[in-house]
Amino acid sequence: MTDLAVGAVAGTLAPRRQFVLLRRLAAHRSFQIGLVLVVLLGLAAIFAPLLTSVDPSAMKVRFRFRPPSAAFPFGTDNFGRDIFTRVLYGARVSLWIGLVVAVSTGILGAAIGILAAQFHRLDSILMRCMDALMSFPAILLALGVTAALGPRMESVIVALTVAYVPAGARIVRASALVVRELDYIAAARIAGASNARIMIRHMLPNSVSPLLVHVTFVFAYAILAEAALSFLGVGVPPPTASWGNIIAEGRDYATEAWWVMLFPGLGITLSALGLNLVGDGLRDVLDPRLSWRG
Amino acid sequence: MSRLIAVRVLQAVPVILIVSVLAFLLITLLPGDPAVVIAGDQASPEAIAAVRHNLGLDKPLIEQLGIWFIHLVQGNFGSSLMLNQSVLSAMGERLPVTLSLAALSILITLPVGIFAGVIAAYYRQTWVDTLVMTLALIGVSAPAFWIAILSILFFGVYLRWLPTSGYMPFLQNPALWLRSLVLPALILSLFQIGFLARMTRSAMLEALGQDFVRTARAKGLSEWKAVGKHAFRNALILIVTAIGILLSTAIGGSVVLEQVFALPGVGRLVVQGILARDYPLVQGVMLIYGFAFVLINLAVDLLYTLLDPRVRYD
Amino acid sequence: MSALVSIDKLAVQFRGDRGWVSAVEDVSFDIGEGECVGVVGESGSGKSVTALSMLRLHPRGTARFPSGSIVYAGLDLLHAPERDLRAVRGRDIAMVFQDPMSSLNPVLTICDQICEPLRLHQGLSKAAARRRAIELLDLVRIADAARRVDEYPHRLSGGMRQRAMIAIAIACRPRLLIADEPTTALDVTIQAQILELLRDLRAELGMAVLLISHDLGVIAEFARRVVVMYAGRIVEDAPVDVLFNAPRHPYTEGLMASMPPLEGGADRLYAIPGRIPDPDEPIPGCRFGPRCAHLEPVCRASAPELVAISETHRVRCTPRARPGVLA
Repeated sequence: MTDLAVGAVAGTLAPRRQFVLLRRLAAHRSFQIGLVLVVLLGLAAIFAPLLTSVDPSAMKVRFRFRPPSAAFPFGTDNFGRDIFTRVLYGARVSLWIGLVVAVSTGILGAAIGILAAQFHRLDSILMRCMDALMSFPAILLALGVTAALGPRMESVIVALTVAYVPAGARIVRASALVVRELDYIAAARIAGASNARIMIRHMLPNSVSPLLVHVTFVFAYAILAEAALSFLGVGVPPPTASWGNIIAEGRDYATEAWWVMLFPGLGITLSALGLNLVGDGLRDVLDPRLSWRG
Repeated sequence: MSRLIAVRVLQAVPVILIVSVLAFLLITLLPGDPAVVIAGDQASPEAIAAVRHNLGLDKPLIEQLGIWFIHLVQGNFGSSLMLNQSVLSAMGERLPVTLSLAALSILITLPVGIFAGVIAAYYRQTWVDTLVMTLALIGVSAPAFWIAILSILFFGVYLRWLPTSGYMPFLQNPALWLRSLVLPALILSLFQIGFLARMTRSAMLEALGQDFVRTARAKGLSEWKAVGKHAFRNALILIVTAIGILLSTAIGGSVVLEQVFALPGVGRLVVQGILARDYPLVQGVMLIYGFAFVLINLAVDLLYTLLDPRVRYD
Repeated sequence: MSALVSIDKLAVQFRGDRGWVSAVEDVSFDIGEGECVGVVGESGSGKSVTALSMLRLHPRGTARFPSGSIVYAGLDLLHAPERDLRAVRGRDIAMVFQDPMSSLNPVLTICDQICEPLRLHQGLSKAAARRRAIELLDLVRIADAARRVDEYPHRLSGGMRQRAMIAIAIACRPRLLIADEPTTALDVTIQAQILELLRDLRAELGMAVLLISHDLGVIAEFARRVVVMYAGRIVEDAPVDVLFNAPRHPYTEGLMASMPPLEGGADRLYAIPGRIPDPDEPIPGCRFGPRCAHLEPVCRASAPELVAISETHRVRCTPRARPGVLA
């Protein structure tokens, strides 16, 4: 029931309407705040080397356990490493992983969803596989995959993509199914349109809106999940800094140096917050169901 | 209608099969020689050969798969290398902890999350809505393990209100059991409450915008009836979907929180298993969880037919 | 003769993207006991807004009423407290909406939905309400009522759903039934049946009916008196035969001219040039002016008032309202 209901949401947009949507998006308050947060954090991550000249792995044992100060804005850890630098470089890792997972989920989810919608026989098999994957809690599935592939950045990316693709495929399939039932598709087919053409020119545009919203939230989930995996020790391995493993390291001496844990956690929270806000904004603007103005 | 139930149940069967295969593949996916990975880098060739033989890795893949399925039918989910115990019994010992944690957190989540979502939707775009949604937003954005550590520092070490770790079985001492679970359950429910509140708000907004709510008002029904009976009954369908997702995130979240709070649950077992390269254990746990959730999803699906009469005549 | 419902200078504003926007202004007309009034106008003319305002059914916080009143039995429905309004809704004044599929709750049975007003306003027990519900379904000519009453809305055809909606509305024998585009979502043949049903019910129950439609044919068929609305204002108010045979307002003339002739033979249908103005579009003077073929300087200078040119005929047009002007 939900599949078709969800699918009826998005629609192919005429150019004029797209401008109206962009304008409404820009005016949406949550979206604005979220976008600012995400952009700021993203820029901080990209320009990390410019913002700090310190090497994130540089250990200055003389300066261990220094609280936040002018010299060390976020303090130092038990090895004397500058936390500010580590958090910035950690941002690079965590945000990058989140981004790659989100994009991969989008592409794979779209491919699987559209193929399932177009080819009936493929549909059953694909969707049962998706159901099977969705039977595992995401973290558990990711744990399993990283366990199999070994703790590396790449395995985290693969693991999280595997965890989030099924939901994305479902969403795309729902939108694509709606398109398949439309009268003008039957007309196009009679006129000789190939499967590929129908899939790319008609199903894909109809799925973009809900998929875009979903992928934005996946970005947020991925950041949180990667942090959890790295914290457990099965994600990004030290000494590479990721927000998750900085917190893991900081935990052992949390009572002496609370600042080590605080800042990476704030980073995670703010990134997820910003992305959730962006996702909310996109959903409010793109989802006609919720455009009822109370 | 019973036909519909039968169809749904049948549809679950291939899913269970695929879940089994996926769990099986866990060891196969290990880079390099699985036996070497499991036995460890330092292991002697004899030890590696022993591992290979014990786990049946020297047999062809198809045969391994066959044995795997035969074991499943017999109820044999594998045996833990590090614990020297069947996965089923190892899990059975620890399941009460995980289930207590998950159940307690869901017990907290349901009333709070639904109530928050409903009032946020009803008082849309007033300060109530903004406040509730901001709190919900923070709930879904803050990493649970981080909040957990911070709150252990605060409540456990600084204030000394609650134990910082450890678990007390219910039957031994109910009060202490609760004390040891309160903090983890609360933190586990933070994300869930945020998620449920947001989904409930969406569902209620959609329901409130429907024409039949206007019809209800036009009949002279009180706001309470119009919102509670008409709008909410319809939003319930989406809310139940959200709760299904929450069961999954509760188990997932418990994995991390059991680590932080040193609770001897299944999640902690899995993590220990991974770190100790006890892959049969990990396989077995994943499999059992996979089965469990296929059944849970089936139950939720069947629940839909109760809630939404339109689905009954598929 | 005192009217059943008296609408006086109703003004309704909606919350738009950029502040409050006027949707309806200076709407005044009466509905007498048992009278059959039609309100006709294009989409955006404000006819539905007016209807919803009578029971204050706009979604929370979206509409406000800066001026005017709607008086029923001594109660100003626009400003009455919720409790009093709820006593009127569904009991004295009831409403039928355009789309029966979306106006009925999909997860509740028909019985449940009909029994609600019965149990609320008449205090009937479950069993008594159910019996009455079956009677009502018979009254609205749904076959096999005893079985149908336990169905869910999606199992009924469009026509049956609308009949069910009517059954809900007349359950407590209201004195006024507001029907907002009751036939628009239905097939033509069903339309005729529903209209006939409404006519018969009106006669049997002695209730007044306010029928809103954009379809002139429906209005001609059903109404005794017609109110024509354009851009949120009443532009003409006359008995139905006067309106159709001798319209005064240029807009009404245009509407009549755009109906296809019964004898056929029309190559092109006439359409009033131009388009309906946006609610916040500033137009000096008469809001129909830009589209009017008979525009005079006075029309742009000041907005025309609704003037009675006979005891039963009012028109909002300065040139046409002048005494001695022939239609």
